[in-house]
Amino acid sequence: MSTIAEYKGVWVLGEHRGGAIQPVTYELLGKARELADKLGVQVSCLLLGAGVKIQAQELIHRGADKVYVVDDPKIEHVLEEPYARIICDLIRKHRPEILLFAATSLCRSLASRVAVGLNVGLTGDCIGLDINPEDRCLLMTKPALGGTCMTTIVSRSHRPQMATVRPKAMKEAVCDGQRKGVVEILELQESFFISRAKVLEVVDETASTVNIMDANVIVSGGRAMAKAENFKMLEELAKVLNGAVGASRAAVDEGWIAYSHQVGQTGKTVCPKIYIACGISGQIQHLVGMQSSDTIIAINKDASAPIFKVANYGIVGDVFEVVPLLIKRFQ
Amino acid sequence: MNIIVCIKQVPDTADIKLDGATKKLLREGIKGMINPFDMYAIEEGLRLKDKLGGKVTALTMGPSGAESALREAIALGCDEAVLLCDPAFAGSDTLATSYVLSCAIKKIKDYDIILCGKQALDGDTAHVGPGIAGHLDISQIVNVRKIQDIKEGSVSAQRMTEYGYDVLESQLPCLLTVVKDINVPRLPSLKGKMKAKSATISVWKAADIAAEEARIGLKGSATEVLKVTTPPARPQGKIFEGEGAVDGLVEALKGLMK
Repeated sequence: MSTIAEYKGVWVLGEHRGGAIQPVTYELLGKARELADKLGVQVSCLLLGAGVKIQAQELIHRGADKVYVVDDPKIEHVLEEPYARIICDLIRKHRPEILLFAATSLCRSLASRVAVGLNVGLTGDCIGLDINPEDRCLLMTKPALGGTCMTTIVSRSHRPQMATVRPKAMKEAVCDGQRKGVVEILELQESFFISRAKVLEVVDETASTVNIMDANVIVSGGRAMAKAENFKMLEELAKVLNGAVGASRAAVDEGWIAYSHQVGQTGKTVCPKIYIACGISGQIQHLVGMQSSDTIIAINKDASAPIFKVANYGIVGDVFEVVPLLIKRFQ
Repeated sequence: MNIIVCIKQVPDTADIKLDGATKKLLREGIKGMINPFDMYAIEEGLRLKDKLGGKVTALTMGPSGAESALREAIALGCDEAVLLCDPAFAGSDTLATSYVLSCAIKKIKDYDIILCGKQALDGDTAHVGPGIAGHLDISQIVNVRKIQDIKEGSVSAQRMTEYGYDVLESQLPCLLTVVKDINVPRLPSLKGKMKAKSATISVWKAADIAAEEARIGLKGSATEVLKVTTPPARPQGKIFEGEGAVDGLVEALKGLMK
């Protein structure tokens, strides 16, 4: 068993989509750089996938000192079993003290499998990371109970300290084309790639919908939208504001819009810069999914609707009158 | 087809409290409910049984009060229920919790599919399901919105991603976590409710499932809660009224979007 002091460095798993690095990777690198500078250690980025090695220099420009690449068609898609096997093996060899993942749906699952494989702790969906100068421990802050409270979590006795980080919670690292670093392309034995699951098909639905997790502005509709056709109005407003459309559970259960748009307890937790709730009363099950948004705007006929309690701005009025006016003003 | 559904009793969202000193969730005495995502896992388990035959076992770790969640699962149609209840389990983080559940599943032994909800609404981690698969060294498919087919030792399912969905095929046994889109849960039948009242719930302690002492509870947890803070309440918002209401909102929005 190695002691805690033998673990050095901050590692990040690079998130990409079909070989295109996702912005959350730069957010992770920005934070990793800051933590590593406080600790006086290096930042390494791990990149797994097919056709990804051409991206390695970009990761160095964004703050990595070292990039480990496993580029193989067999791991084109994220499969927890081979991914976790590869990551665990590298961690055991190189012993970083911190390992960060993006808190995306698949990476959360992967991170959990890695943590169990290494028998270490994992803090999910962090929105704040810092170093305690006294003991060099990572302070991991995350919202809990649907944003009702914030908890700060530490892992004193296990290494690496693992966290998944919510997209858009950290600032992106700026690109510095002069930065130098080392790229190591790894050739792994076949046994690393064994998987009992395989991906048969990847279906992209982003042409028809914007991912609400990525959006800076969300225009969300509730029961008062009354029918599916009325969501067109919200799509239009979202479009002119460069945002995405969300919905309350009531609207999804009525079949007016797909589940992937649902915000709240049994849907997604979002924290855009601006959340515009149209005809949403604001039951607690909805609030837990959006109350961490920077600014909340409510449009509702009912002045006593609970949504106005969390709203920064509001209009007591008919969505069918207000929304078209807003569209016109932002066109 | 032997199916295990892992469920969690969570505090009713509207009724959440923390212990001021220990910063732990106060679970005793609070009205509990089955974690909403787990209701879809139960329903999917029952549907698989209806189609393929077999048995559905509901499994949970928690205080003695969590027994009511298991009775509800039986009322819905689960055949058996196991409560993992031991003071030694208290304070388990997701690493220790998934270990305890995996020990119980090893004891149940004969299973093809394990179903879990995507995540629990109190902890919100989505770690325990994949963690169980890791401890058991079996395959996993997360965020499943549809099970397409089960045949000859394999399952195919659609997993939701940020961009749409992937279709996966996995060998059995496999652990799947499910999202709301997968089904519409049934209500308990009168017969089910009667059955639930008299059903025997197995209660297993750490020794019954051969869980190592050093890997459970606070001792087996790799993380600890340092502090809990409540974010400041949002300041009273500005309500725009009358003639210029939309103008007021437009100005505010323009300011925000700069």
